[in-house]
Amino acid sequence: MSTQVEKPAAADIDRPTRVRLYQLMVELRDFEQRAYELFLENLVRGTSHLALGQEAIAAAYGVAMRPDDYTFCTYRGHNHTLARGASMAAAMAELLGRGNGMMHGKGGSMHLTDVEHGAMGSYAIVGAHLPIAAGAAWSAQVRQSGQVAVCFFGDGTTNIGAFHEALNLAVVWKLPVVFVCENNLYMEYTPIDSVTAVKQPAADRASAYGLESILVDGNDADIMYEIARQTIGKARAGGGPSLVEALTYRHGGHSRADPAKYRPEAEVREWLARDPIKRYRPRLIEAGVAEAEIRDIETRAQQKVDAATEEARDGAPASIDEIERQVWSDGSARWRN
Amino acid sequence: MAELSYREAIAAGIAQEMARDPMVYFIGEDIGAAGGVFKATVGLFDRFGPDRVRDTPISEQAIIGAAMGAAMTGLRPIAEIMFSDFLATCWDMIANQIAKTRYMTDGQVSLPLVIRTANGGGTRFGAQHSQSLENWAMAVPGLKVVAPSNPSDAKGLLAAAIRDPDPVIFFEQKSLYGVKGTVPDGEHLEPLGRAKVLRDGKDCTIVALAAMVPKAMSAAEQLGADGIQATVVDVRSLVPLDTRTILAEVVKTGRLFTVEENPRLCGWGAEIASLAADECFDDLDGPIVRITTPHVPLPAADVLEDAAMPSVERIVRTVRESMR
Repeated sequence: MSTQVEKPAAADIDRPTRVRLYQLMVELRDFEQRAYELFLENLVRGTSHLALGQEAIAAAYGVAMRPDDYTFCTYRGHNHTLARGASMAAAMAELLGRGNGMMHGKGGSMHLTDVEHGAMGSYAIVGAHLPIAAGAAWSAQVRQSGQVAVCFFGDGTTNIGAFHEALNLAVVWKLPVVFVCENNLYMEYTPIDSVTAVKQPAADRASAYGLESILVDGNDADIMYEIARQTIGKARAGGGPSLVEALTYRHGGHSRADPAKYRPEAEVREWLARDPIKRYRPRLIEAGVAEAEIRDIETRAQQKVDAATEEARDGAPASIDEIERQVWSDGSARWRN
Repeated sequence: MAELSYREAIAAGIAQEMARDPMVYFIGEDIGAAGGVFKATVGLFDRFGPDRVRDTPISEQAIIGAAMGAAMTGLRPIAEIMFSDFLATCWDMIANQIAKTRYMTDGQVSLPLVIRTANGGGTRFGAQHSQSLENWAMAVPGLKVVAPSNPSDAKGLLAAAIRDPDPVIFFEQKSLYGVKGTVPDGEHLEPLGRAKVLRDGKDCTIVALAAMVPKAMSAAEQLGADGIQATVVDVRSLVPLDTRTILAEVVKTGRLFTVEENPRLCGWGAEIASLAADECFDDLDGPIVRITTPHVPLPAADVLEDAAMPSVERIVRTVRESMR
């Protein structure tokens, strides 16, 4: 049995928060769109996994989290990292393999990390970061710091062992961690429901761990913000973990290499109509935000992405000196004397 | 100096560091009230309580993942993996996550954690509870790898591993748990990355690790009676590797033998042989010889296991024939 969370009344979320949600979603969208354009220019090498269309989830949690809370995300993690306030220029430069990248070119698109902003890493082995997020939550619990760990992952993750090990441990130890499954309906190229024993890959498993089944519209920023507030609040108050399944859709393929031809056209059309940004704009107007203010947000987002792109492109290539740096805490890569 | 068993020395090393640093936490299967399946953690639960000495489910990925998440956010966790063979169930956490995250983030993340595990054969447990897997860990950049051969080192190296700012895989040789030896009183630390010359001989250098060290020492005594004077070096730490000490002893004697419990291919001795060939070639007076378990899964029956693993007799015979 799945629980559909009611859409909270607009009045429940104050106007500055709603404006912030919109601003963040637009910034994330423009960043990903620009990243895509830079692939086409062959400036982004390797692979990259865009989250175009999935902005509401990252934005809502980003806005609801405390600055010292921890984010753990996946190789599709640009949004979650930027939503914590990480530098857009540093992220873009990392995609371009530049020395001014977030990790000076050593991580790349799939591993964006900005510890200073609580973005504790993007993990590219499916499921690995769920136990790690539980560990950060355990640390917060024993240090009594009041911090919460939020862990984002895709629907495919629900079929890997680490998902189940992490959920069990988090419940048994009552850890302050929120597991957020972004169900975009496809496990890479394969429909998730064709390879999963239950209809809702996360929500239908919650009961196995004694957790409430939570299934929400991940393309509705208000709903996502409300569920973020509830689940983070529960964790911070000592109420233990939550498992959220947020339904969403990626506008593009799994990765750069994937044109996503396997998706029925009608399905794509339907989900494009449910684009979280397109849906949120009229709602802001309805709530009394002036068209001019919204346009100003959109213009500023473009300018921010333009500036970040320029700064990234101006960066020198990653330094060869980096190769043998930072294997160890003394900064070196020495394994012998 | 106290007389402690290897297993008591392990518990003493953990206790020393838990008493010193409130950020040291210890998790694993059956480590709490049960005192560990090898009784290497007896007394810790009573002394430090269920929050700091915490039993886990049989979930190796969760154990190691939790240790990693805790280490990157301020704790200094010790995680126990009951048998080193079980490292295979959480190898992603170790090899992909723990080993790489500092590097990939260019130093944003530190991982001061220790993974303790019971390693090696000699207990007739069969091929899934007897492997010597130091070389798995040694092959992954970003992991420190330590394997003590005696109680004093078990305590001192474990304490140093817990204080180390980087991830350390700490291989405890399960056949050594009952072995007794003297351990210094008071705070005891043995720095990582230092090999120890245990015996000085002019004719050849035998380099050994963990349970192979006492065997190499016995072999050296027998060889001495035959007129072959062997130096014995206890490697102790594979990463970092004390090449200075090891290669200096190779240069002094002109002959190098390694004694490795692991199956043949890519054992730690192969790396040392390669270094010796690269850096001491002109000082070598004969071939480098590796004494290892054959390249097979370790069999269970006592006669088979004993014959497969390097024995004192095989070490003596191999060195004698090679030195002829």
